[in-house]
Amino acid sequence: MTIAFAHFTPWASLAGGLLLGAAAAAFILLSGRVLGISGIVGGLLQARAGDRGWRVAFLLGLVAAPALWSLFAALPEFRSTASPALLAVAGLLVGWGTRHGSGCTSGHGVCGLARLSPRSLVATLAFMATGFTTVFLLRHVFA
Amino acid sequence: MKKRIAEFLVGLAFGLGLLLAGMADPGKVQGFLDLAGNWDPSLAFVMGGAIAVSFFAFAVARRRTTAWLGGAMQLPTSRDIDRRLVLGSLMFGVGWGLAGFCPGPAIVAIGAGHWQAALFALAMLGGMALHDLAGRRPARVAAAPE
Repeated sequence: MTIAFAHFTPWASLAGGLLLGAAAAAFILLSGRVLGISGIVGGLLQARAGDRGWRVAFLLGLVAAPALWSLFAALPEFRSTASPALLAVAGLLVGWGTRHGSGCTSGHGVCGLARLSPRSLVATLAFMATGFTTVFLLRHVFA
Repeated sequence: MKKRIAEFLVGLAFGLGLLLAGMADPGKVQGFLDLAGNWDPSLAFVMGGAIAVSFFAFAVARRRTTAWLGGAMQLPTSRDIDRRLVLGSLMFGVGWGLAGFCPGPAIVAIGAGHWQAALFALAMLGGMALHDLAGRRPARVAAAPE
């Protein structure tokens, strides 16, 4: 292992993390809900009347963030190397997997760990393990 | 209306946080997941910072039954560490590694106009819909244990 100092952004990433934590904190205290993106998106698929508005409002905010950002600074670098077929397979796996496992990086990885939930710790260790393994195979075995 | 504005603003803040953190760049995410290569540890700082702040909010939330803007405090109650939790999370990690996208950053990247994110998110919705159609609802909303 070598450390990629050229791309290492400890301060920006820490500041971004603090902002993510503040948003998750505001969400649970203001609306009483855990901020988990896969749950918010997935819930739209089977939302009952009255359960849709808050999901849409939140997601509109999320999708509007780059527009607000670009008023003040250039948008960050975007490096996507996956082919369309790979993106589709990855999306299917993330969709099915987060639905089956009841959460993703935000719900389990941030909010769940912050709640000291053993369930979320197991989920986070599981998706980290396959995340590391997949990139290892992708970049160093099948590259 | 006040609630909808608050939810929009929280989504906006979360999106800005993802951009600032570097999470909306799939290359950076994969750089973090690439332990054996040129490893970029930045995302550990994202998670550490986010947990450090929200930890206190959840400690407060646990002692409350209602949210500040009204409505019930809806903390997850499921405690089962079962096969579906592990299997689902393992699958999610594979997709995350393959594309460098997880759900939040993908939606933010759509806002930034990246077609890769839109394609990924469409497939993600498809995966979620297929899952629910197959009758495999997430454990959180399941009425009875398997």
